[in-house]
Amino acid sequence: MNIVACIKQVPDTSEVKIDRETNTLIREGVPSIINPFDLNAIEEGLLLKERFGGSVTVISMGPPQVESALREALSLGVDRVVLLCDRAFAGSDTLATSCTLAAAIREIGFDLILCGKQAIDGDTAQVGPEIAEWLDVPHLTYISAVEEVSDRSITVSRLLEGGYERVRASLPALLTVVKELNEPRLPGYRASLRAKTEPVTTWGAAGLNLDPANIGMKGSPTKVTRSFVPELGRQGQFLAGSPEEQAAALIAALRSARIVHGSAKES
Amino acid sequence: MKLYSDRCAGCEACVNACPYNAVTMQGGLPVFSDACNLCGACVEACPSEAIERPGNGGPAVEASPHRGIWIFGETKDGQPTRVVLELLAVGRRLAEKTGQDLGVVLAGDRLGTMPQNLIAFGADRVFLVEHPDLAVFRDEPYTAVLAAAIKQYRPSILLFGATTTGRSLAPRLAARLRTGLTADCTALDIDPESGNLLQTRPAFGGNIMATIMCPVNRPQMATMRPGVQKPATRDGGRTGEVIRLETGPSLLLARTEVLGFINRNEEMVNLEEASVIVSGGRGLGCAENFSLVRELAALLGGVVGASRAAVEEGWLPYAHQVGQTGKTVSPRLYIACGISGAVQHLAGMQGSDIIVAINRNPDAPIFKVASYGMVGDVVQILKSLIEQL
Repeated sequence: MNIVACIKQVPDTSEVKIDRETNTLIREGVPSIINPFDLNAIEEGLLLKERFGGSVTVISMGPPQVESALREALSLGVDRVVLLCDRAFAGSDTLATSCTLAAAIREIGFDLILCGKQAIDGDTAQVGPEIAEWLDVPHLTYISAVEEVSDRSITVSRLLEGGYERVRASLPALLTVVKELNEPRLPGYRASLRAKTEPVTTWGAAGLNLDPANIGMKGSPTKVTRSFVPELGRQGQFLAGSPEEQAAALIAALRSARIVHGSAKES
Repeated sequence: MKLYSDRCAGCEACVNACPYNAVTMQGGLPVFSDACNLCGACVEACPSEAIERPGNGGPAVEASPHRGIWIFGETKDGQPTRVVLELLAVGRRLAEKTGQDLGVVLAGDRLGTMPQNLIAFGADRVFLVEHPDLAVFRDEPYTAVLAAAIKQYRPSILLFGATTTGRSLAPRLAARLRTGLTADCTALDIDPESGNLLQTRPAFGGNIMATIMCPVNRPQMATMRPGVQKPATRDGGRTGEVIRLETGPSLLLARTEVLGFINRNEEMVNLEEASVIVSGGRGLGCAENFSLVRELAALLGGVVGASRAAVEEGWLPYAHQVGQTGKTVSPRLYIACGISGAVQHLAGMQGSDIIVAINRNPDAPIFKVASYGMVGDVVQILKSLIEQL
């Protein structure tokens, strides 16, 4: 089974803080990481390869420094990594990104494409299903378990709002995965050594048979017109006193807001 | 990015604003590296208006005879989902503002009086397609059915709830229609100048908000985060039109088959619908102390949430997680116990009506969003609350 996992290098958004004086992001010391859900996609690719053979290729689109994320993927034991890097890709929204990735995935060849459910910097969750549409294969989102794999189909569970949906898709197909699916492995010793020296294949727009109208800023229908730091804060108050006094004050406030009903308990 | 070097004061506000670390100063002027993805944070930050986004190209599509605001009528157990009612309220406002009709496109099987019901909640027109193959949602036939309806009726705007269904269907459909899609919006409005849809959403872990437009391609598509807007109210006297859409075998093709649904409602807790949530974080110290959180939630008729840290500690399953990578909630009362308030958590609960923060550290960021702050030992305060309720 030939598997392609799509990854994105992202700033670790949980490490980001806001400087409230200047209303700007404090990005000092914020590390770049592989999008956490994409690690689950890589892991599932490796698990499926261990069971059924084949290969795992990891692909990413971005600036040259994404190479470090791809080397990390190599240290986890994937067979091959491909970086899509070209000035012509700059300014891509999800439609242009998915178009570019789809062209490269077609070039690599695949039975199964795995993506994280969303990236933690953009949180759009759009690139996966859009790749599937460009490639005309079925997609299934929010995969929490892979139950059965045959030559022609894959049976999975989707984690939805009120439970799990069991679905079968014909192959080739694209899956986007959630954290519950597996526990990503740590880098292996031998793979880490290899990751240092293995060449990272880099492709630009030219070799991919892409219509220039579909990529980069030109192929991006959406435009960011404004971005701003959200105003935090409301007129809050600290409650004073011992734990008992604070608790009493809160309950009184919740009672007047009609969230707590009934009369005060003797304490 | 385009720099007007004559206006640049060399203040480095752009360097600090860049979430991607893509701006450096060279010779007193900013230089944009390949890591720049044109997000525009620096444009906003620049006090001298010295930075601009490069010219907006955008694929050319024929000028717009597109009219109408459409909502995807997601259903569950024979009812429209709550977010559809929220979208009807938002869509109604957009429709009044632009003088357009509000439509709902409704797919399923044997939907009975649902079209009339949606009209009562604010729709002018319901585009209805019923077929046994559409009884259970699947991406491919729903994409085909919607794409056909859009090609025929050419709406200008198409909105979805940012549910698992909406966030699976909308991107596939947007790629088929070669149009733009904005995910998980928290506010939708009309640009007074261009008449385009202004789509505002949190990005970068909730650290920045971005307003996005789709100026050329149609329809303008967006998913809206559930629970952010108030639902529409029912007016049984409203009238509207029900339009039946044709369907056929070519539209109903699917390469996926739904085998069943395992209901986990009880253990999955419905955080989105809860009116009271009591959440715990790492400050609780240990899994055992979560029993106090549970007890308080039960006394207030609420449910239990958790921060990412508490979930990572294994104290509660992921289904309870509130925040950017968990659930977005907006209850009437949110009590955060031992949660410091990382932006990723704040992004998921800031919309709550009343926020109570209990934390040992008075400088914890959670207090910035709190209506009531309680500083002290979390366990002691929880015990006092439980005792006095």
